[in-house]
Amino acid sequence: MKKILSILPLLVAVIGLHILTSATDTMYYLTQMTMSAYYSLLIIGLCALMGYAGQISIGHAGFFAIGGYISAALTTRSLIPYQDSFLVKLFDSAGFLFVGQDIYGDSLLVFTPWAACGIAVLTAALIAVAIGIPVLKLKGHYLAMATLGFGIIVYRIALATEYFGEADGISEVPAFVLLPGLSVSGSFGDRVQNYYIAWGLLLIGMLLLLNLMDSRVGRALRGIHGSDEAADAMGVNTARFKLQTFVLSAVFAAIAGVFLTHYNGGIGPSEAGVMKSVRYVAIVAVGGMANLWGTLLMGIVLNFFSLRGSFGSYDDAVFGLILILIMLFAPNGILSINIRSCLRLLPGRNKADREGEV
Amino acid sequence: MTLELSIQYLMAGITYGSIYAIVAIGFNIIYNTTGIINFAQGEFVMFGGMIAITLLNFMPLPLAIFLAVAITMLIGALIEICFIRWLKSPSVMRMVTITIGISILCREVAIHIWGESIRSLPYFFGNAISSVPVLGARISPQVLWVVGASALMMVCLGIFFKTTAVGREMRACASNRKAAVLCGINTQNMVTLSFVLSAGMGALAGCVMSPITYSQYDMGTGLAIKGFTVAILGGLGSSGGAVAAGLLLGIIEAFSVSVVPLAFQDAISIAILLAILFVRPQGLFGSKEATGLKEF
Repeated sequence: MKKILSILPLLVAVIGLHILTSATDTMYYLTQMTMSAYYSLLIIGLCALMGYAGQISIGHAGFFAIGGYISAALTTRSLIPYQDSFLVKLFDSAGFLFVGQDIYGDSLLVFTPWAACGIAVLTAALIAVAIGIPVLKLKGHYLAMATLGFGIIVYRIALATEYFGEADGISEVPAFVLLPGLSVSGSFGDRVQNYYIAWGLLLIGMLLLLNLMDSRVGRALRGIHGSDEAADAMGVNTARFKLQTFVLSAVFAAIAGVFLTHYNGGIGPSEAGVMKSVRYVAIVAVGGMANLWGTLLMGIVLNFFSLRGSFGSYDDAVFGLILILIMLFAPNGILSINIRSCLRLLPGRNKADREGEV
Repeated sequence: MTLELSIQYLMAGITYGSIYAIVAIGFNIIYNTTGIINFAQGEFVMFGGMIAITLLNFMPLPLAIFLAVAITMLIGALIEICFIRWLKSPSVMRMVTITIGISILCREVAIHIWGESIRSLPYFFGNAISSVPVLGARISPQVLWVVGASALMMVCLGIFFKTTAVGREMRACASNRKAAVLCGINTQNMVTLSFVLSAGMGALAGCVMSPITYSQYDMGTGLAIKGFTVAILGGLGSSGGAVAAGLLLGIIEAFSVSVVPLAFQDAISIAILLAILFVRPQGLFGSKEATGLKEF
């Protein structure tokens, strides 16, 4: 209950922003807020893995891409040439497929978005298990390198496989009809409902993680972060908890990938790029590592400004500068900035305060 | 595959491998004194090449390269003094994030100075089509420059660390920083020196490779990833390991072209490296202790 209460201000802010933008006729901001929400979903998942379980991953753009690409491919690539094969018939009889039309009017046999979403997320989870078992035995920089390697492999496969559209990526991805009348798509009329879908998803994710980190699992994870050996000695199954968190964060990333791909109507290989993953890690760091709220804030703010293109060609430069400044002056993340201690650093007030401290 | 073709692939592998090894040693030098991975390492290579190309308009090639290396060393020193030196007992993650920020900034500076165009230094001897015969294969003389410069740098670095007083102080700082302080070594200066050294090595590598691989503002990222991979595979902090792992990666890459399409080259080589890492989690030549450090 307390957790639900802590989410409330965020809910109010989300609704407030909608009212504010519609009152000031600036509803176009909602588009970037929607996209930022999906990226932030990935980032809070990564925060659980990095900040709480203490396992770095520089490969989460890979899971995002797995979700996005599989969902995009299954909902756009027609299965008509293979419709006599056993597997396609099996999927068809399970109700996973439907006959649609492409933009030229040719008929298509493709997966329904729900089925595609399920398969995409499941695939990401299975890959996370397969990768996680050997990778999570590594530590520190070695773990960073292994996850980075995974990210590169996903990127290269996306870039080099014809099925995934090579350098062009996949476009013309259809809308994801969640319920009748409620669909994830980039069409103009759906802007408001997509804003709420994205933020609803993010709120649910946030609530889930806040509860999880405050539970037995969360305590076990913090134990692992403090010391693997000590947690092991206390009877915590460290390998299992690490793997579960890894898979959970991969699922968050994949869901974000699926939804954002349907929202944008396409996905390209740059979404799987290594610098994307590095960016996510950096955002978790400036958010304060084990601080879901700080990470959420930085995720929304930094992604929003970068998607809006507020800084034009200096966008990356500003991002780099913010990273450096926060890490130099607020090593425990954005929410650790203490106004009073900042004032103390100003010249003039130095002496009196320092003497007071001693 | 004929013998000549194999040698051709082998030489290509050694060329790229020695570049990776140099970048990896740059990572190792800074890792040894600070325990961090400097994500801006690839940007040093980029700066070296780009500055030399610009300076070439005003002066002969050797002088341009010399000045480019010197300027990049200065940049390395400035980065350390401005962003790392004055932090009080910073955590590893904090410093790594700062270097990520620095690498992004360096790229942005480069794109605003030089634009997105691809440039290159001229071949040091001959031109793009001249070649020397080696065991029946024909290779570009620039390849010899790359391999030679890499080998020379490694030898000089080895001598520097083994025989000079400053080199010994740096090694002391690497093996136990607290003990080094107690012995009266100024460890802060050693950290600055490590940034200067790895910036200089990166810059020289950037100059000698420029005629073959070309220079562009964003070349650093790819190189840093490969260099990082090699540094880890060789066992962080081990120079010999970095050379062996670098050559291994280069040769795997070169030969993989004959088996799989070029587009999958990176995926295959990295997958092989990951497989090695799963079997030997401490890298090829690393010690168990290094992996035991908890850094995140």
